[in-house]
Amino acid sequence: MMLAEIKQLLIAKFGEQVITGEELIGLQPALLINPDDIVKVCLELRDNPATYFDFLSCLSGVDYGVEAGRFGVVYHLTSIPYQTQLVLKVSREHDRTGEALPHFPSITTVYKAADWHEREAYDMYGIYFEGHPDMRRLLMPDDWEGFPLRKDYKNAEYYKGIKID
Amino acid sequence: MSNTTLPLYTEALERYNQKIAHAATEDMVLNMGPQHPSTHGVLRLELITDGEIVKEVIPHIGYLHRCFEKHAESLTYQQTIPFTDRMDYLASMNNSHAWVMGVERMLGIEKDIPKRVEYIRVLVCEMNRIASHLIAIGTYGIDIGAFTPFLWCFRDREHIMGMLEWASGSRMLYNYIWVGGLFYDLPVGFEERCREFVDYFKPKMVELNGLLTDNQVFINRTANVGILPLDVAINYGCSGPMLRGSGLKWDLRRIDNYSAYPELDFEIPVGTGLMGTVGDCWDRYKVRVDEIEESLKIIEQCLDRLQKELKRTPEFDPRAKLPKKIIPKAQDFYMRAESSKGELGFYFIADGRTEIPFRVKSRGPSFSNLSVLPAMAKNVMIADLIAIVGSIDFVLGEVDR
Repeated sequence: MMLAEIKQLLIAKFGEQVITGEELIGLQPALLINPDDIVKVCLELRDNPATYFDFLSCLSGVDYGVEAGRFGVVYHLTSIPYQTQLVLKVSREHDRTGEALPHFPSITTVYKAADWHEREAYDMYGIYFEGHPDMRRLLMPDDWEGFPLRKDYKNAEYYKGIKID
Repeated sequence: MSNTTLPLYTEALERYNQKIAHAATEDMVLNMGPQHPSTHGVLRLELITDGEIVKEVIPHIGYLHRCFEKHAESLTYQQTIPFTDRMDYLASMNNSHAWVMGVERMLGIEKDIPKRVEYIRVLVCEMNRIASHLIAIGTYGIDIGAFTPFLWCFRDREHIMGMLEWASGSRMLYNYIWVGGLFYDLPVGFEERCREFVDYFKPKMVELNGLLTDNQVFINRTANVGILPLDVAINYGCSGPMLRGSGLKWDLRRIDNYSAYPELDFEIPVGTGLMGTVGDCWDRYKVRVDEIEESLKIIEQCLDRLQKELKRTPEFDPRAKLPKKIIPKAQDFYMRAESSKGELGFYFIADGRTEIPFRVKSRGPSFSNLSVLPAMAKNVMIADLIAIVGSIDFVLGEVDR
């Protein structure tokens, strides 16, 4: 199923507002999804017999840079029966000056594979996933401060009084 | 963190602490690893056990921190190749192959790669796949309590290591496959020696099957243990022998038809539940054994081609297609390839101006394969948990990258 058809299918099902745009440059075109609708979009794409995107290949958190002031999540879905791939993207503006984290809905109810991937995105980018069953850090210690893969991250000098950098 | 998000995070942490602190009086919280041999490195499993029964498994990863993604975002595409080798250090060639193909596709030069280079890449990748599966099988024998298969597998793997060292100059972390070509052509006489290895190795697989695959003790320990139903495997994003062991013919070498694979003839082994149920530990083990046989077939076909049609010539330069500057257009690209453990993916964001990728995410197959463990290991015996963990065949360097 081509990207345009998938777009039509989603618009017919949920209305215009779920898709905020599309990226057609590059080798893998992507659909930009309204962040609040990502769970029902994924559920529909997984269960609809026309798409069957049943395999979450990859979920990546992205920091679009300090000037852009955006955080996003990129979903790479695979349909095993149809052998097709699809890229979905969500992003939100966030200026990182305040204390609130950028937040997106968790899709662990649709794909269990998202569980660890979302924890990793939280750990590395400070992207909070609402509704995740176990939102703890995955790689860093629980009391670590900061999010190491953010573009403005400064290495910590001490951890629990031990010099590390 | 704001008032809205901080309590949510601490709540999850609190829930976890409560679970550990308030286990029922007859329960015991056990740490398995990080030093237990079956955890293959640095994985710590926190078990809530009731006698011999494991009620719950909470995996803790994250002790290695080789920071692959951070490195990749500060080095050029070419400089990162040695770091890809360090992710799954048992199948380094497969990692760098995936990375290199991703960069080549972004540059649009994947059609210009000489055939001889493609076949050499496939050849070394398949040799490395055999080496990786031999470790998986050998150490799995150790997990179960058999020592001889381990020695035999390592003895045979040593021949592969020797040959790959001959080709690339290093033993495990090869840095051999480069963007646009190879570091060197194969050394003179490599093809002949590789053929000798194939002839030597085939009867060894028969021996190994007699020793382990058809061994009644081994079957009793692994058949009907750790059954992973197909729908669960797909939902958790499992791939490679984990997914195929559950009975699905899903191999990216065939699905995506990358590199020279469409021209080669090989089968995709799947678990059939021969000794127990489809998707049990024995099936996953058997898929690996069968894949070794298929890889041997691929190696023989590659050698045929390399010795007949794509012969070594003095003019052949494996680095001829090397781009001067690797600056892909501004784009996103997700490259996936079949590593020995499953789907290895690299997600690139290129900004179109510099040689340094803006963002790299690597999707290690072991990461998703390991995440299914808490679902698989509910209400099993502690000794069976070892068999289950071993049958996943993960490499922690790839789990926390």
